[in-house]
Amino acid sequence: MSGKTLYDKLWDAHLVRQQDDGSSLIYIDRQLLHEVTSPQAFEGLRLAGRKPWRLDANLATPDHNVPTTRTEREIGVEGIEDPISKIQVQTLDDNCDEFGITEFKMKDIRQGIVHVVGPEQGATLPGMTLVCGDSHTSTHGAFGALAHGIGTSEVEHVLATQCLVTKKMKNMLVRVDGQLAPGVTGKDVVLAVIGEIGTAGGTGYAVEFGGEAIRSLSMEGRMTICNMAIEAGARAGMVAVDQITIDYVKGRPFAPQGEQWEQAVAYWKTLHSDDDAEFERVVVVDGAAIKPQVTWGTSPEMVLPVDASVPDPAQEADPVRRQGIERALQYMGLSANQPITSIQLDRVFIGSCTNSRIEDLREAAAVVKGRKVAASLKQALVVPGSGLVKQQAEAEGLDKVFIEAGLEWREPGCSMCLAMNADKLGSGEHCASTSNRNFEGRQGFGGRTHLVSPGMAAAAAIAGHFVDVRELMAS
Amino acid sequence: MRKFEQHQGIVAPLDRANVDTDMIIPKQFLKSIKRTGFGPNLFDELRYLDEGQPDQDCSQRPKNPDFVLNQARYEGASVLLARENFGCGSSREHAPWALDDFGIRVVIAPSFAEIFFNNCFKNGLLPIVLDETVVDQLFREVAASEGYQLAIDLEKRVVVTPAGDRFEFSVDDFRRHCLLNGLDDIGLTLQHADDIKTYEQRRAAVTPWLFPAAH
Repeated sequence: MSGKTLYDKLWDAHLVRQQDDGSSLIYIDRQLLHEVTSPQAFEGLRLAGRKPWRLDANLATPDHNVPTTRTEREIGVEGIEDPISKIQVQTLDDNCDEFGITEFKMKDIRQGIVHVVGPEQGATLPGMTLVCGDSHTSTHGAFGALAHGIGTSEVEHVLATQCLVTKKMKNMLVRVDGQLAPGVTGKDVVLAVIGEIGTAGGTGYAVEFGGEAIRSLSMEGRMTICNMAIEAGARAGMVAVDQITIDYVKGRPFAPQGEQWEQAVAYWKTLHSDDDAEFERVVVVDGAAIKPQVTWGTSPEMVLPVDASVPDPAQEADPVRRQGIERALQYMGLSANQPITSIQLDRVFIGSCTNSRIEDLREAAAVVKGRKVAASLKQALVVPGSGLVKQQAEAEGLDKVFIEAGLEWREPGCSMCLAMNADKLGSGEHCASTSNRNFEGRQGFGGRTHLVSPGMAAAAAIAGHFVDVRELMAS
Repeated sequence: MRKFEQHQGIVAPLDRANVDTDMIIPKQFLKSIKRTGFGPNLFDELRYLDEGQPDQDCSQRPKNPDFVLNQARYEGASVLLARENFGCGSSREHAPWALDDFGIRVVIAPSFAEIFFNNCFKNGLLPIVLDETVVDQLFREVAASEGYQLAIDLEKRVVVTPAGDRFEFSVDDFRRHCLLNGLDDIGLTLQHADDIKTYEQRRAAVTPWLFPAAH
C-alpha cells in the first residue's frame, strides 16, 4: 500500500463519520466569519432556534465593506457613509455579540482581511480544518491545513454542528522545481501555474504545492500561492509543514504555548506527504524559468510573462476559446499582438488577501523608494491587510516611502479587490492590481484589471505602464 | 428547503465559458442581509446597459437587447444552458439565490466550479453535468426552435428533449435524497451529535491545543 498525501492525513484526522451514501462528515476546527456571507447563516440559526455548537472555534472580523479612509474609520461603524454597507457591518457586530463569538471590530487594531488576520493571530494552525464563507480561504492551506471556502448554508451548518457534509477530493501535486529568479515571487508562480493548467485545471482536486521553489518561500509567499488555488479551480491548496511554518506560528496569540507547543510541533512535523504517496495528477513547473506575470484578459488563466504580447484570436483553433479571447480583448480595450508593456494604466492597487502582508508591502516599497508615481496615473492605493500589518509597516517607515512616492496609504480591508466599499475603478480604466480576480466588473463597473505581484504593481505605478520590475531593481 | 422532483421549462442558452459568480450577481448586491430579492439583479452587468445599484427599481433601467434573458423567445425560462466551468470564482451563495429568485430551477453545463455546484443543492436548484457533445447538441436545438423546453426527472436522473432524446446524468445519492425530499441537512447532521461528541473527546486527547475550552 502506498503512503499518504498531506491531504489524506488531514482528511483522515478529521473524519467523524463515513455515511452509507458515500458522503462524509468532517470536523471543522476553525471557522472565520465576515460580514458578507454570514448574516443569512445567523438568521437561519435564529429561525430554527439553534445555537452554535462551539463558540471558541469561530473568529470574526468585518473586511469586505469597510472604508479605507482615515476619517471614516476613526468613527467606527457609524462612520461608514454607505448606509447598506453600514447595516451589514453592524449586523455582524450584533450577531457576534448576541451569540458570543469573538470579533475584531472595525476600531480594533487586530481587524483586517480574514485571511490575513487568521494566520497573523495564530488562529490558523498546521493540521487544522478551516473554513470561511469566502473562496480565498484556500490561503490557510499554506500552513499544512485543510482550508477551503464554503457557501452561506454551509457557514450555518458549521456554526450549528461544527461539521461539514462533504466528499473527499482527489490529490494533485504541483511541483515547482529550481530556484525563482530575483524579482519573481509567489504571485508569479501561481499565475504561471494557472496559465498552465487553466481556471478549471484543479477542479475536484486538493492541490499540494511542493518542490524546491515552494520550500524556499516565506509563509507570505506560500499564502499568496494557496490563496489563488481557487483561481485554478481547486477549493483547497496546501503546503507541507516545515521549520519556516513552525517559526511563523510560534508566539502568536492563538498558538499553543509551553508543553502543548512542544506536543503540537511534534505532531505538525508529520504533516507532509509520504515519499511513496500517490497523486492522481502531478504538474511539474520549472521555477527558474518563470518571469514576472501579467494578466491581459478577464480570467486569471489569461496570463503572460511581462515581455510577451497579447494573443491573437485568429491563432486559436477552438471556437469557444477564440470567442473568449475576442470578448476579453474587446472588454479590456486591447488589440491582438499588442506588447504587454504598452498597456497604459489609470490606477494601481496594492492590497487584498493575496498580497497585503508585510512582505508584500516591503517588496513594493523597495521598488518605489526614491521614485515618483507617473503623472498619468489617477490613483495608486496601498491598503494593508490588517491593522497590525499597517502598524508594522509604519514602524518600518514604509508608509512614508509610499506617500513620498505619491501613493495613498490607507486603512486595512478588502478595498479595491472587489470594490464593495468606495474604492473602485471607473469604466474603462486599467488597473495594475495585486488582487486575485480580473473578472469583468470585479473592481468596478467596466473596470479593466491586470493581476500582478506587488513589485510589478509598484513598477507599473512608477512607469505608468507595465514594465519588468527587474529593470527597476537593477538601476 | 423546496423539493425538487421533476421539472419542465423553457431553456435559455448562455453561450460563454467560465461564467463567474461576480457575473451572476455583482458585488454591490451582496450588501443585502437577506436571502431573497436578488432576481432583478441576476447577470446585472450583462442584462442592463447602466450600472446597477442596490434597492433600485430595475423596471426603468435600459436593458441590453443582445442578452439572452432579455429576448422575448426566452421569457419565463427556468432552465439555463451554459458552458464549461460555470459558477467559478467567489463562494457567494447569492449566486444560486439570484438564479432561484429569477426563476431558474436547473442549470446544465459540461462542468461547474465546485463551491457553486455545492451551493445549488442547498437551495433546491439542480446543476446537471452533461457531456460537452450533448451540451453542443442542446445549444443547436435551442437555437433552432423557439419555445424549446427540456424535461428533467431527478428520481430517474434523466434529461429529455422535445424529440424524445434521453440523456442520463449522475448525482450524489446524498444530494439527490435531500433534494427529492426537501431535507435540511443541519437536522440530518444533528442526528449524529453523539458521533461528533465522541470525535471531539478522542481528538482533544491527541491535539488538546485545538480544544482550549475543554481544558
